[in-house]
Amino acid sequence: MALRTEVVSRVAVGLLVCAGGLLPRGAAAAPGAAGPDIRVIAGQLAEPATQATAIAALGGLTDPAVEPLLRALKDGALYRWNTGVAVLGDDGALRDLAGRPVLDSRGQAVVPREGQEAVALEEASFGRVQAILERLQVFTGDPEARRSAAFKLGSLRDVTAVPVLAKALEQERDARTRTVLEEALAKLRLLAPVAATRADAARALGRLRSESALAELRTVLEREADPTTRQSVQAAVQSIDSFVFHRSVVGYLFNGVSLGAVLLIMSLGLAVTFGLMGIINMAHGEMLMIGSYTAWVVQELFATHFVAHLDYYFVIALPLSFLTAGLVGLALELGIIRFLYGRPLETLIVTWGIGMIFSQSARLYFGDQTSVNPPTWFRGGVEVLRGLIFPWSRIFIVVLALGALAALYLLLRYTYAGLRVQAVMQNRSMAACLGISTRRIDALTFALGTGLAGIGGCALALIGTVDPEVGKTYIVDAFMVVVLGGVGKLVGAVVASLGIGLANKLLEPAIGGTAGAIYAKVAVLAIVIWFLQWKPTGLFPSRGRAATEAAEAG
Amino acid sequence: MTAGVRTRDAQLLWVAAGGAVFVVILPLANLAGFVSDYYLNLFGKYLALAVLALGMDLIWGYMGVLSLGQAIFFGIGAYSIGMHMLLEGSGKGVYGEPVPDFMVWNQVYQLPLFWKPYKFAPVALAAAVLLPAALAALIGLLTFRRRLRGTYFAILTQAIAFAVWLMFNRNEMRLGGTNGLTDFKSILGFSLSAPATLRGLYLITALALAAALVLARWLVRSKTGLVLQAIRDNERRLEFLGYDTSGYKIFVFAISGALAGLAGMLYAPQVGIITPSQIGVLPSLEIVIWVAFGGRGTLWGALLGAVSINWLRSVLTGTYPRLWPIILGGLFVTVIMLFPEGLLGIGSRLQAVLARRVPLARAAAPAAQAYPPSDKI
Amino acid sequence: MSVRVTRRDFLKGTAAVGAGLAAGVGFPAVIRAQGEKEAIKVGVLHSLSGTMAISEAPIKEIVLMAIDEINKTGGVLGRKVEPIVEDPASNWDLFAEKSKKLLLQDKVAAVFGCWTSVSRKSVLPVFEKYNGLLFYPVQYEGEECSKNVIYTGATINQQATPAIDYLMSPEGGGKRKFYLLGSDYVYPRTTNKILRLYLTKVKKVPESDIAEEYTPFHHQDYQTIVGKIKSFGAAGDAAVINTINGDSNVPFFKELANQGLTADRTPTMSFSFAEVELQTLDVKPLVGHLASWNYFMSLRTPENLRWVKAYKAWCAKHGTPDKQCVTDDPMMHAYVHVHLWAKAVAKAESTDVDAVLRALEGLEIDSPVGKYKVDPKNHHTWKPVYIGKIRSDGQFEVVWKSKGWVHPEPWSTVTYPSRECDWSNGGKGTYDLVEGKHVWLSERK
Repeated sequence: MALRTEVVSRVAVGLLVCAGGLLPRGAAAAPGAAGPDIRVIAGQLAEPATQATAIAALGGLTDPAVEPLLRALKDGALYRWNTGVAVLGDDGALRDLAGRPVLDSRGQAVVPREGQEAVALEEASFGRVQAILERLQVFTGDPEARRSAAFKLGSLRDVTAVPVLAKALEQERDARTRTVLEEALAKLRLLAPVAATRADAARALGRLRSESALAELRTVLEREADPTTRQSVQAAVQSIDSFVFHRSVVGYLFNGVSLGAVLLIMSLGLAVTFGLMGIINMAHGEMLMIGSYTAWVVQELFATHFVAHLDYYFVIALPLSFLTAGLVGLALELGIIRFLYGRPLETLIVTWGIGMIFSQSARLYFGDQTSVNPPTWFRGGVEVLRGLIFPWSRIFIVVLALGALAALYLLLRYTYAGLRVQAVMQNRSMAACLGISTRRIDALTFALGTGLAGIGGCALALIGTVDPEVGKTYIVDAFMVVVLGGVGKLVGAVVASLGIGLANKLLEPAIGGTAGAIYAKVAVLAIVIWFLQWKPTGLFPSRGRAATEAAEAG
Repeated sequence: MTAGVRTRDAQLLWVAAGGAVFVVILPLANLAGFVSDYYLNLFGKYLALAVLALGMDLIWGYMGVLSLGQAIFFGIGAYSIGMHMLLEGSGKGVYGEPVPDFMVWNQVYQLPLFWKPYKFAPVALAAAVLLPAALAALIGLLTFRRRLRGTYFAILTQAIAFAVWLMFNRNEMRLGGTNGLTDFKSILGFSLSAPATLRGLYLITALALAAALVLARWLVRSKTGLVLQAIRDNERRLEFLGYDTSGYKIFVFAISGALAGLAGMLYAPQVGIITPSQIGVLPSLEIVIWVAFGGRGTLWGALLGAVSINWLRSVLTGTYPRLWPIILGGLFVTVIMLFPEGLLGIGSRLQAVLARRVPLARAAAPAAQAYPPSDKI
Repeated sequence: MSVRVTRRDFLKGTAAVGAGLAAGVGFPAVIRAQGEKEAIKVGVLHSLSGTMAISEAPIKEIVLMAIDEINKTGGVLGRKVEPIVEDPASNWDLFAEKSKKLLLQDKVAAVFGCWTSVSRKSVLPVFEKYNGLLFYPVQYEGEECSKNVIYTGATINQQATPAIDYLMSPEGGGKRKFYLLGSDYVYPRTTNKILRLYLTKVKKVPESDIAEEYTPFHHQDYQTIVGKIKSFGAAGDAAVINTINGDSNVPFFKELANQGLTADRTPTMSFSFAEVELQTLDVKPLVGHLASWNYFMSLRTPENLRWVKAYKAWCAKHGTPDKQCVTDDPMMHAYVHVHLWAKAVAKAESTDVDAVLRALEGLEIDSPVGKYKVDPKNHHTWKPVYIGKIRSDGQFEVVWKSKGWVHPEPWSTVTYPSRECDWSNGGKGTYDLVEGKHVWLSERK
């Protein structure tokens, strides 16, 4: 009986492989023409004595009908019918292995008899059935599930999975899933007895730049006797290593640019208020916080009233953050800051106090448990290289930072308002003589600075926390960027933030160890300190007599 | 000349009054039971911080140099004495090991080399005061000689403070990381559980403050003091007159560093813990605020600001745990807006109002100067 | 502007300064003294601001709720319980100062407080010096056993080692490589020290398969670290052991989600991340990640259902939005230990610390996880262990449960096999078992 089953199953495989091309992709539950062989094997499932062998036989098949059959067995929905078995459908009626309803002699749908028990799955075979079902996941409808299953099969080191994987590969259309299937197949073939197969597999893994196989390849390298295979494996390891290295470099560069963008968007507002106006605003961090909380409020609003369009909350939140923070800044300037011009010390203390008030008020009103979740368009990322994902939210921040910079530049250079701002900043008395209302310009410039901070906060909420303490986290970095860049020039802030971001993210892996992140930051600070010693006015100092005098007087 | 003497006597009144209260009356009240040990201990902490503020006022109020890194020197002083106290109590920790507890859970079972000298009390005490002074002198050497001043010097010290804070937070530095140093059992043989020790520490702090005050007053009244004020007012001119301003600046900066170290040394045994949260940018900014709030350039203002703000914070966090930052922040805003010279400014203005019956409005904040914006901080 | 100093002026000045000082110092104490005869005061010492507020603020609420429940049933010993709430603002120095205030100034009968081991180690000397009583509700690293603390949170063997066992088992994914990531302070450092020993000596995992990394509190940028985790777990056989504390968990999990590190490849097992922190994040990309605790809000015991309902009512009354109104393990322990204290005081018929400690030995109480008791000897508690998997509705689904309650081991048998703790019957705390005899640590040297 067992031998016949074996022969039968081999023939079945052969037949099915030919017929395989005709099957629709991912046809897990769709009925194909289930050969008589599977029915025989299925019938053997009903008997406890033959159940185990029948399961083993089914495991070797690639018939799509195997999956629902085994699933029914596991779920207790398999019943004896005539000489074989039938599956209990959702409607309560029995269906055959092809999925067609079973009809009795009168043409009626058959339901299980009163008290009839389903075929029992033996405890010992439970694991086996589970394993086969998982294996068959490579044929399921969802590509993500197929990839997951294929990957798992590749790492289980069970060579009996090879035919299944090969079958799946043939009918797979999705490119990403094909890669995972090829990789899994190659990993299993690496354990083959024939040296040539192993060498082929190694070459395939090298070609696929399969990082997950690296550990396996290394162990094989140690044990491998055959020289040509050794060479292939060696070459594969080297190729994968170099790929991983280059990929990490790309990753670090992106991280650096991303961090630079974060720093830029934090400091742009400060570059306006401190750089252009000379106001030491210690509440700048709290302006960022206001932007973050605006985003949260809008998110909550949408979550309660416009759930269907939840994602669009961000479209509203961004400009609203600018407005809110800008208005708060305006109020601040008109009410307090304007009385403190020319007295940076007092401004420092007063804005520090204001920062404390804002921070604690936010805590009292919003609590500490708030967080902003990015809209679905910003979730996940784009896979640039195999295994390297650039998150959308970070890409967005880079775009936003550049956009805000461009907008600011255009505003200052090409609009009348911008020209007036520049005039007032460069030579206040002359501008006043020419009839520009310096008071109004001061207020608007400050509001612009805080508004930019608001946008920064809204964007930062995507990747960080939204809590009353965010201000304190960002303020030191922001000041560092502005001073390094050179007070008075916007391009300085850009170069400084990019420089600090890249330096930080490239030093981190270079220093390595359990504290790479911190030592990198300290190293970057050390560089900034050394640089400021040598050039205290920053990368791009403002020139001109007024600027020089101001700098010297300090 | 006569007016000068008289004004000095006016201040002398407050000096003596304050001295009497803090050095004599408070400890006596504690002995008698009117003031609890807890409060005495708290005021010991405030007075230690007042020494710190004093140093700040010297370099900033009188010399016009804003350093945003004073907390580093404070930290070095506190850690020095902390290390000695831990070594003094070795074997009495939770693990019973000869090395401090935090090293055990960091899997370090041998005392690192740089800890060994701190076993000796004189080394620890000297290091607490001299190391910060040396560091300050070094920073001064590297910056003042290059004519680095004003905002740039402030930002530089801020960066240094930030870097030092990051380093101290790492457990690899073998200084307890963010846990800091705690669980001090005794100092110089006196058990820290005994109220007598704490009383003694308070007295020492009060006397140290008095001594620092005397030193500072002497300094600002001497010719050096005049040079300092000249540096604050117009350094360039002084340079042209032939003075080596950077030398003076380094000297006074070192003194302020020593005072900060002394403050730390007095702080740690009384509070019982020193963590990196006392080092870094935010605490340094707070020192600035104490001095400015109290009234800078007056020495008393620094003391007043340090004691009052810290005392307020202790009281407010207890009575208004949810509102205290708003109250404190609001206080900063209102006091500075109305009285830019700080609390002492209130005092002198009230005096002016009462003595000459000057209308209060006129006595309030001078009209804001819109321009030219000054970079003098 | 000349003023002549007379003796009278001197005395006036001194009086003025002295009076001001006395007012500031004495006034609050006078006010407090009025109510002393009436209520029993207890301290609540949890950070309401700062980096730990995200986790600690709800604990304060639950303690207040428990005290409210006690007062509604008549208080303790016929007296009302009055909570004194302090905010140490996630500042370890302030923790020490506040604990002194509570013990010396307010003379509280007990303090319910602390979260991070840093904060607990900062206040420990104060409690031991002044013989106070602290109830500590958070899981921690052990290696401590103070007479003045009742540790209701999990010890390593009640949270960490069962988690490792689960991860290495087939149901847990058969993981073989471990990335130990934590905040840089005593709890993660000690826990990882013990886990490393457990993995290498007991589970025979090679050193090269263990990685360790620490970030400071409030760290925001996890890009590089998540990249490293991805490489480490490329073969799908690794798990992350997460001991990050406070709000840094938020950017960490956000970065995990953004870089596509899903739980089916490289799951994260967290020890300091629970329902309270989870509800601030977008759950969908985090489904499948794990946590190990003694309690989950999704448990369906009758006591838990009743307790959650009561807490929801409390939230509604105090203005906490429903989404943020979740319960988690430390909150459960905090709730239970307030009631434990009340029960012990009633049993001892006194609030004296030593009497209450004696009454607490072996004391049993009903809790949201069923039976719960204080160990008769070592000031820790017996409770069950659960491992939960994040579900798409923001709750944790229990995937593993210990068989009954687990005894507490303050000194892990992995690192200190012969060390235990005993405060009962005149015991002196931690001791080493040397040739069958108790060698007390406090008596060594």
